[in-house]
Amino acid sequence: MQVQGGPQQEALIRLSRAGFQVRGKWLVHGVDLAVHRGEIVTLIGPNGSGKSTTAKIALGVLKASAGQTFRAPGLTVGYVPQKLAVDATLPLTVKRLLGLTQRVSQAQVDQALAAVGIPHLAQAQVQHLSGGEFQRALLARAIAHKPDLLVLDEPVQGVDFNGEIALYELISRTRDRLGCGILMISHDLHVVMAATDQVLCLNGHVCCHGTPKTVAESAEYRALFGRRAADALAVYEHHHDHTHLPDGRVRHLDGSITDHCHPGDGHHHQDGLIEEEDSREEDTREEDPRQAGGRGA
Amino acid sequence: MLDDFFTRALVAGIGVALVAGPMGCFIVWRRMAYFGDTLSHSALLGVALALLMEANLTLTVFLVSALVSLALMALRRRASLSSDTLLGLLAHSALAVGLVCLAFMTWVRVDLMGFLFGDILAVSVEDIAVIYLGGAVVMGIMALIWRRLFAATVSWEVAHAEGLRPDQVNVVFMLLMAAVIAIAMKIIGVLLITALLLIPAATARRFSHGPEQMAIIAAGLGILAVVAGLWGSLNWDTPSGPSIVVAALVMFLFSLVPLPHGARQKEGVQK
Repeated sequence: MQVQGGPQQEALIRLSRAGFQVRGKWLVHGVDLAVHRGEIVTLIGPNGSGKSTTAKIALGVLKASAGQTFRAPGLTVGYVPQKLAVDATLPLTVKRLLGLTQRVSQAQVDQALAAVGIPHLAQAQVQHLSGGEFQRALLARAIAHKPDLLVLDEPVQGVDFNGEIALYELISRTRDRLGCGILMISHDLHVVMAATDQVLCLNGHVCCHGTPKTVAESAEYRALFGRRAADALAVYEHHHDHTHLPDGRVRHLDGSITDHCHPGDGHHHQDGLIEEEDSREEDTREEDPRQAGGRGA
Repeated sequence: MLDDFFTRALVAGIGVALVAGPMGCFIVWRRMAYFGDTLSHSALLGVALALLMEANLTLTVFLVSALVSLALMALRRRASLSSDTLLGLLAHSALAVGLVCLAFMTWVRVDLMGFLFGDILAVSVEDIAVIYLGGAVVMGIMALIWRRLFAATVSWEVAHAEGLRPDQVNVVFMLLMAAVIAIAMKIIGVLLITALLLIPAATARRFSHGPEQMAIIAAGLGILAVVAGLWGSLNWDTPSGPSIVVAALVMFLFSLVPLPHGARQKEGVQK
């Protein structure tokens, strides 16, 4: 639907009308999503909105209860899960963690650890790492074997603010260097917006989607960090015009309650968001091949 | 001094310890101690069946243990049944049923203590062949699936997402565990197999910085325990299984003694 690659480029993964239910309750449904090479797609949404579930459906970790999923044949994946607890009984160095699912060379280990800024921790036990260091190690693990697709579920949780910016820059550089596709779940939109090609806002279903500012690639935009934050917040803090109730029904802004939400349901400010984007970025868009055909919101 | 039967027991015990090391590490990492217990207790059911049908003992025990482990795996998928209660129920029921069956077979003369606690006198050349052949197969398969099995142990989701098919290796691991129980039974006895798997691995944890290192150290410690235990068993006429477990326990207790200052500093540098 919204994320269409050109006919010349097949998607790495594609979900159409995908959903997942547990004991009759839909965690997420009707998700259309595609990630192409060289593209960063970011999922946002409140807690329990189905972001991680959507990522797991895309990975095949969860089997979709509805809709279709497609993964390119022979696709290699690097996955940073939202939670990973390493049991205290497991002796595991950072270096060994990097070779968890694939054999990696010493050079690859050095390169990946240097990239995430923890080259000195190769021999450290993972249980001794701080939250931020562990998160960096997980990211290093995911990129070390140069996958076609990176799936990052809140990759910078627990990382300090400066580190966050550095890691998002790393993620975007990794995309440029490897040409891989990235599906990311993130709360830190004010930082991540600069590099994201597509944003999907989930709330049990796709509430809205759009192409954030490609101008973020320009030096001028980077210099204006304040404006970047403000713009991002416009996306992040928008209000939905309907609320999903615990029993699965939907309360609309006018107070009415229905069994389902409707295609027309959306956001107060959606027009402002999308239009502003369109008008401002038309000129830069054509210079960026990644953006070709990448919108249609 | 080294009587023939004692050499046989020693060789057999070392073979068992070699396989038990790496296997035991995974049982520790995966928190499957009780699971292993259930499996090994069900081995006595296998013994009873083998005697009843006059089938090959090791093979029958392997088949019964494999069946029980697959059944447990299937039950575990249902969250409501994954309790320790279920495992305890199965472990001791299987043991009890096995004992009752054996008691009914009045025509079979069977050394029950030997099966429960191991018997160094019972180890034949044939047993040694079974242990080393079976052990080599188990070790070979372990080496083949090592990376995938370890990845599945750290994170099923990551292993699955990155295409390692963790469910597949988990089933293979269960079958290997059944095989180890079948070949270790004669030496250590069904009641104590889990101890030989667990204690050397638990002792090795303290001295290891990586999983492969821990597996090797566990195997080494297992060999030490077997040698010391069998020696004690011969000297004091104690059953071999408990003697080996006591030796392993002593080593574990020694490993709890705080490291001297220099060694601890080295650990700090590692970090």
